Amino acid sequence: MRSPRWLEIERRPLPSGRTIFLVSVAAILGALVVAGLFFAAYGVSPVRAYAEIFQGALGSWLGLTETVRRAIPLLLCGIGLSIAFRALFWNIGAEGQLLMGAIGAAGVALFSGLPGPLLIPAMFVAGFLAGALWALIPAALKAKLGLNDVITTLMMNYIAIYVVEWLIHGPWKGPTMRGFAYTDRFPPAAQLPTIAGTRIHWPTLLVGLLAAVLVFLLIARTKRGFEIRVVGENPHAARYAGINQVRTILFAMLISGGLAGIAGMGEVAGIHLRLLSPTQISMGYGYTAIIVAWLARRNPLAVILTAAFFGIIMAGGDVIKVTLRLPFQLINVFNGLILFFLIGSEILMHYRIRLRRR
Amino acid sequence: MSPGYLSLLAIAEEGVTGHPGQRSRLLDTRPQDVIELRGIVKRFPGVVANDGIDLSIRRGEIHCLLGENGAGKTTLMRILYGLYQPDEGEIRLFGKPVTFPSPRAALDHRIGMVHQHFRLVPTLSVEENVVLGLKEGRGPFPRFRQTRKKLRALAEAYGLPVDPQARVWQLAVGEQQRVEILKALYREADLLIMDEPTSVLTPQEVDALFETLRTLVDDGLTIVFITHKLDEVMKVSDRVTVLRRGKVVATLNTSETDKPTLARLMVGREVVFRLEKRPHEEGVPLLEVDDVHAVNDRGLPALRGVSFTVRSGEVLGVAGVSGNGQAELAEVLTGLRRATRGRIALDGSDLTNRSARAAADAGIAHVPAERITMGTVPNMSIQENLILKSYRHRPFSHGILLDERAAARHAAQAVADFRIAAPSVDTKTKLLSGGNIQRLVLARELSGEPRLVVAAHPTYGLDVGATEQVREILLAQRDRGAGILLISEDLEEILSLSDRLIVLFQGQVMGTLDAETAQVEEVGLMMAGSRKEAPGA
Repeated sequence: MRSPRWLEIERRPLPSGRTIFLVSVAAILGALVVAGLFFAAYGVSPVRAYAEIFQGALGSWLGLTETVRRAIPLLLCGIGLSIAFRALFWNIGAEGQLLMGAIGAAGVALFSGLPGPLLIPAMFVAGFLAGALWALIPAALKAKLGLNDVITTLMMNYIAIYVVEWLIHGPWKGPTMRGFAYTDRFPPAAQLPTIAGTRIHWPTLLVGLLAAVLVFLLIARTKRGFEIRVVGENPHAARYAGINQVRTILFAMLISGGLAGIAGMGEVAGIHLRLLSPTQISMGYGYTAIIVAWLARRNPLAVILTAAFFGIIMAGGDVIKVTLRLPFQLINVFNGLILFFLIGSEILMHYRIRLRRR
Repeated sequence: MSPGYLSLLAIAEEGVTGHPGQRSRLLDTRPQDVIELRGIVKRFPGVVANDGIDLSIRRGEIHCLLGENGAGKTTLMRILYGLYQPDEGEIRLFGKPVTFPSPRAALDHRIGMVHQHFRLVPTLSVEENVVLGLKEGRGPFPRFRQTRKKLRALAEAYGLPVDPQARVWQLAVGEQQRVEILKALYREADLLIMDEPTSVLTPQEVDALFETLRTLVDDGLTIVFITHKLDEVMKVSDRVTVLRRGKVVATLNTSETDKPTLARLMVGREVVFRLEKRPHEEGVPLLEVDDVHAVNDRGLPALRGVSFTVRSGEVLGVAGVSGNGQAELAEVLTGLRRATRGRIALDGSDLTNRSARAAADAGIAHVPAERITMGTVPNMSIQENLILKSYRHRPFSHGILLDERAAARHAAQAVADFRIAAPSVDTKTKLLSGGNIQRLVLARELSGEPRLVVAAHPTYGLDVGATEQVREILLAQRDRGAGILLISEDLEEILSLSDRLIVLFQGQVMGTLDAETAQVEEVGLMMAGSRKEAPGA
């Protein structure tokens, strides 16, 4: 790389943990500054806007609980994506896997006829399996036919959206819903318990926290995790070492899609209590989770922190709408900026840049 | 051929310019050197790629740069093209010192390069690729009408037919190469560097290319042609410089040399040292390879009926100019490539077309030629790289869990035994030098006491100390009773390490020789394609 006279650009072989952390924080600050320009354009002081957002998301019991409930699906999807990204499989399809999980859970809740106590566990399993199955399709297409994973996983999202639409307008449309495009309300035994007075469906949260620890251990301490890391870091070496790449990628995507599926289950069984319009089920959790996983540098334990951070941002989005009367979509602008700055900062992490003294 | 050019040749025949210190007085009488390199040194971590290179290229000649992979040809040409900066030495252009801080600077001095892997934008048209990066005309829009006219004229004059408006991705490889040449000509290059241009061409395309090159030099262009194929040197060049291990071995007039001589120069004429070797004990047949056929990545035949045996306690060398099937042979034996025909057996049990895992489990160790891109995971630690193959077995895992403590103990032992220089076993291998990476690969591959070691270019690119250590390690394996298949382009290495050797040429075995009595001339001839007549050496 050629550098101008007044700059010194030097490659650094290995960024330290501290560098990674500082560069990530700098990326977030950069995004905050640029997003501030948008607030300013709406005539709202950025300082006031951010104060309101953080005050709203963290400053009250209600805000705090909303932050947590937003963080739950981000946590589950983010953990799943971190394992897929470790295997160098670009899963952009957590959104669709989440929706399929919601379908699976709703199917069990409405039509399985299982006795009450078995219903919730069965819905967890169904949510996991439906999401996993949806994720295995693009995984198999890549492993067997070499199809581009970014494109297939992304396109599968749209298919999932239309499957949900079709179900709620067609065969699963609730007879008691007077023409609205919903399914019937889940029976009480199929509704996730919540912490009193909040919308925090704690069993899903618990599963998410447990998954963070388990997936971390899976990646760091097991044979399968070792294989995933080798395949992701150097596929040639994986082939040379006799590691079965097809099986490794399928396994990573099974976990990845399954966890997204559980996130979908949590949304329908914990918040909405029915299957309804895809945009209401998800609010783009599956896409935001991509940023969550990247910001966590593909570390499932770090995902707990980054998911919480984005929970704040999303809860803050409600504040923007109510208090500041600004469009909720500003949150998407902010998310986009963070990803933009994060990807840009990857370069910074590997180069040391200094002003050159005369 | 112009008369002026012939008289140059006559002058050139006065002497071989192997020693730059005694440059012929005749050379100084005319400014005939287009470019001159003096004492070029280029170091990379752990290896000196160019070690004091002196080279002069004369106007209007085709000058071949001949050498094995890793001899330093490409590094040298990248320095000339401004992609690398030399650590020491000087480049002179028509007698004046110059520096090339970037390819643009080289282009400004009318040096063009046709890379081995083309630098074209597939979705753009030929003419768009040609003008890419040029500041032509005024404003942001290139003037394609003039470009097209000039391109057609160039194509016509030099026999490089190509449609200026075709998209590059639609073109065959040979046509893409023509685009690269046209690109250089369009920029009015005086000196054209071609890096292994024939490796992607069919024989017919090669002939056409050579014709083009001759037309170009007749018009006053100078061409540097990088290759490791002897045929091509003889066919196309006026002079040839042989590189070996980063040094110039000789510069010769092509008309005064022949293929066996060049082969010898290329792989090392002088056997510097024969290693202390214990006498070879006649072992039992270990690896039996019978009539194996295989194709390369492009689907062309790479192995055509290869048969040989490796006995326990012997080193069988595989000699040959690179690209004659050695890489494919190593892959077929280690389960990384399918044999289309034939049979491979280890200790009598069939191993044909099983997996890489099956080959490893059967006791075949593999020291791969691509030790960084294939033999290690650069972003993982020494400790983890050491269990890359054995992580599935005890003591490194129990059930589904890895045992990090066992891995750490093993790593500490391996680092000490193989003298891997590193801050700790947690160091990522991308921070290691080439020699230490190879020590690590050997430590891993030899840890399970393998029955057979397939070692491909095990000392390629290593410094003297590491080279010696690697050779000693391989011989220790032989003395332990393992069979070693040593694939190398370094004839000196093959002769000093092997007990017996075979020579591969175009995917076939030219013959088997006893390394003790093998004559370098004989091996050189076989490497150039002549078959050994009488059985027994």
